Amino acid sequence: MMAALIFVISVVALLQFFLSYCRSLIAASSRIELSESVREVTGIEDHKVTADDFQRLHQLVHLCPESGGDAMSLRAIGTYYGMLGMLHTPLRGLAPAAAGWVDRERASCSYFAAVALDARISRTRLLLEEQSSNQL
Amino acid sequence: MLGPVDYALWGMSFCLEVGVVVCSIARKEFFRYITLNLYMLAAASATVGHYFFFERFGLTSLEYFYFYYYSDAVLTILLYFCIIQLYQHIFEEMGVNTHIRGAALLLLVGTAWVSFMMVRQHENHMTERFVVELSQNLYFVGLVLTYVLWGAVMKLRETRTRIIQLVLSLGIYFSAYSATYALRNLFPHLEFTRTILPPLVGTWLPVAWSYTMWKVPAEARLATARLAATFSR
Repeated sequence: MMAALIFVISVVALLQFFLSYCRSLIAASSRIELSESVREVTGIEDHKVTADDFQRLHQLVHLCPESGGDAMSLRAIGTYYGMLGMLHTPLRGLAPAAAGWVDRERASCSYFAAVALDARISRTRLLLEEQSSNQL
Repeated sequence: MLGPVDYALWGMSFCLEVGVVVCSIARKEFFRYITLNLYMLAAASATVGHYFFFERFGLTSLEYFYFYYYSDAVLTILLYFCIIQLYQHIFEEMGVNTHIRGAALLLLVGTAWVSFMMVRQHENHMTERFVVELSQNLYFVGLVLTYVLWGAVMKLRETRTRIIQLVLSLGIYFSAYSATYALRNLFPHLEFTRTILPPLVGTWLPVAWSYTMWKVPAEARLATARLAATFSR
């Protein structure tokens, strides 16, 4: 009985901590402006990054070499995005306000992936420049 | 018999634990987060100890069993000191450090006393069920302490991103371990609760802490209101 109670409380706390942790990662990236180069690469120009852009951005991120140990945060946000995706469809009919919130969160996850892609592109460019200047 | 994945996880755990300390030293924050770093050094030593006992006595030996669970209990109690230091960081401007130290000492003595009594009662039959229950309780106490700390972070509107992320990663670690041990207590025959989950959860804390130490600048700030899930923005 006690173990079952501890299990339930722990799972609820785990979800709450994980949600807040992911939101803290997203909040830190939301203040970063996307560069022109990443907007060109991804086709994000005037319009905002949408919730459905995540998969595409995530795939693009994995095409670039890893930069400064961002793999853990990307994995955490990927998991968070997946969890939100599972909630999205059932909530749309039941609670539109909650579904709207889920949609905004998913869009924030996409923006996080775009910022990570931007950082990886910048780092790769820097490495290539260093390499070419070393060859000269 | 252990496979290459188990050995890789072992090596990775050690590297990550040392990595947290290296990141702290590189960021000149070793003494600011002294208990966190000491915990990581102790965890790295325990990882080496686990390997030594495994090589010398084998995975199913009594020696390995005792070393694994006792070191785990000691490390959990060491993590309480980390929580206490995080409490001190959060309450540092209120000048209540003496009260925190007093409460922490009381909690530590209480936990040690209860654990000691439990171990003494079972010293002739240290079954796996007993040690799993002890670990489950120790992790649950850690979870409650971290939850209260998180409540204080929200209430006092703590804005330091580094502190916020350290607390949240600790919360994830304690709740994941507590859930794992509770599940193992409920269903002792579930194989993944003893083979896959513990090493995976074990790598979380060093990964998250090294990320925070390395990527989050000391001066970074975050509004706690952004962390609470609200349906209107």
